[in-house]
Order: sequence, then structure tokens, then C-alpha cells
Amino acid sequence: MSEALNALATYIRETRGALISDATVSFGELTLTATADNLIALLTFLRDDARCGFVNFTDICGVDWPQRPDRFDVVYHLLSPKQNLRIRIKVATGEDQPVPSACAVYPGADWFEREAYDMYGILFTGHPDLRRILTDYGFEGYPLRKDFPTTGFVEVRYDDEAKRVVYEPVELKQEFRNFDFMSPWEGTDYVLPGDEKAKQ
Amino acid sequence: MELTSSTTLVAPRAKGIVDPSTGKPIGSNDKFFGEINNELADKGFLVTSTDELINWARTGSLMWMTFGLACCAVEMMQMSMPRYDAERFGFAPRASPRQSDVMIVAGTLTNKMAPALRKVYDQMPEPRYVISMGSCANGGGYYHYSYSVVRGCDRVVPVDIYVPGCPPTAEALLYGVLLLQKKIRRTGTIER
Repeated sequence: MSEALNALATYIRETRGALISDATVSFGELTLTATADNLIALLTFLRDDARCGFVNFTDICGVDWPQRPDRFDVVYHLLSPKQNLRIRIKVATGEDQPVPSACAVYPGADWFEREAYDMYGILFTGHPDLRRILTDYGFEGYPLRKDFPTTGFVEVRYDDEAKRVVYEPVELKQEFRNFDFMSPWEGTDYVLPGDEKAKQ
Repeated sequence: MELTSSTTLVAPRAKGIVDPSTGKPIGSNDKFFGEINNELADKGFLVTSTDELINWARTGSLMWMTFGLACCAVEMMQMSMPRYDAERFGFAPRASPRQSDVMIVAGTLTNKMAPALRKVYDQMPEPRYVISMGSCANGGGYYHYSYSVVRGCDRVVPVDIYVPGCPPTAEALLYGVLLLQKKIRRTGTIER
């Protein structure tokens, strides 16, 4: 598998080296890194080239790196049924820096891009209908961003006087607790306050 | 029994549980049913109180509306399938809220679904009952701290029976149904 991926990486580097900035094989998977400007040309090449044949559009994911200036990675996953190989393309982008939409190349990218927009706020130019897809009607914020709290900001309740479901600020009876499920014998080394003096 | 062309095919004798002393099925000499049978045979009608009659009708023909939201719905289907066979308790599925008495909220109730759940509940005729099935419907469960999940469907509709589990087995849900029938019998008034 790895030889086929290496050969494919070499082939892409030789024929369309200008479109990608990096091609690495790790954990038995090939990852290309590209810029937003070259993305559509690269996707079209991967789809139409007789040797590549990546006609199956598997997924679009987003990754949030809050410490980076270009905080998002948009990750495209493609499958070539002809070669029985998968490929991944990473494009770095910022919060207000749009990525060209892949809908013209792969019509299946439509809802994936809406999902990436919904969850991360990544903008796509040229998308036919870029609106939220999964979250609640009138939802505010981008839930998969690292700075979005797990519990969100609103919760719903049926108001008997208003006779409808109303939104209210979140009020938790008990705060979220992060349990440590490691065995106390072989997991964490618990140091009780004061114990460190006894060892000296 | 072998199938040959020379013999006629005869259905085998029923092998139900038969009382050897009487030669009749067990329960056929039940005193209560015997009396009812005699009364019907003699007079052609039965006398009872309205309250009991209404309770009998209410508990014996509960139409439940499927509100399958997640994996609990699979167990809910199991409950109505031949193995657990909820219909033997007069508990039959009904696809329309306007013709059903019970709503089983089976699964995670999300914020986006909450208005729809309430709307469907409001369409049900009185008296109506709600069974909350599984951890998610009871109190948010696994998704209690999520930004998109209602922390228990009792925030949106009044719940009569909570069935715990993740998901509850079909047997557990059926027990919840029997408890609901018990509750209806105990409450037992025309005005709920």
C-alpha cells in the first residue's frame, strides 16, 4: 500500500508540483498540503487525471488551531475506486478568509461545506446555498471551535404561559465534572498535600 | 410427519397446555370467567360501574404514538414485535398523534426537535400520557452537558413514566407500559 502511495505522491509532485506545497505519507496515508488558490485546480486534476481517478468525494472536515494565525485547516478526503487508494488534502485558512467551494468539481461537496460552515464558521466562495445545516434554527456561534463552551449559551423549556418553547440562558444544576477513570493503583500518582515533605 | 402422495395431509392435534384431569385447556374452568360466561348466556348483558368500564377501556386500548428519536426507537420497535408483543396488553402503535393516547419519547431530544415534539404533543387528544424512554429523554443522559440537547424531555412535555436504561431493554419498556396502565387504573377518574 505504502509503495503505491509513494508512487502516487511522486507522480503528483512531478506533474502538478506547483499546485501543492507538501506531500507526505504517514501512518499509511497520503496527505497533500495546498493553498486555497490552487485547491480547485488540484481537485480537478485529481478527479480527471487518468492515473489518479479520485472520483469519490468522501468528506470535508475542519480542524481548529486557535494559536495559529490561520486558525483553521480544511481537510478534504477523496477515494479512487480505480486505484483503491485514499488521499487527503489540507488547506489552511483564517476566520474571515474564504476557501473556494468544491461544489463545481464535486457536487457532493455541497452539504459537507455547509456542515464545515455550520460547525467552524469556515467560509466558502461560490457555494450555491451556504447556510447552517445541523444546528438549531437561529443558532449563534460555531460549536466545534475550541473557544465554544460545551454547554453552549442557551437551553430550551416549554413556557406554560407563552404556550411555546422558549430559549433561556444555560443554568446548570451541577457543573460539568471531568472524572479520572484511571486505576488508583497503576494510573495517576496522587500526591496528597504535605506528603512530599515526608519523603525528604 | 412425512409428506407422501398416498396419505392425506392432516393437521396435527393442537399441543397447547391441557389439564389432564378435565381434558380442556388450563383456565377454561376459571370461576370468574365462568360466572361472566353464565351471566352473558342467561341475561345477554353485564352490569358494572362506569368508572371501572372507563378504566377498562382506557387501559385496554392504549394507542401509542411512535416518537423514535434515536437508538431507543429500535428497542421500542422490539417491544411491539412478536417477541414481546405489546398488543396483547391492548397497546397498539398508531402513526397519527390525533388518534393516540400515549407518546413514547424514545431517544435524545435536541433543541431543534423540541418545538416539534411539543407541537405533536399538543395535537394529541385528552387524556394523554407520556412515557419517557432512556437516559437521554429522562435527563439528557450522555448528552447532558451538550449545547444542543434538552436536559430531559420533561422540560417540554409532562411525563408520566420514566423508563431508565441506555437503551432500556424492550422488556423494561414493556414493564413501563404496564406501570402506566396501573397508574391509569389507580388514578381512575374520568377527569384526569
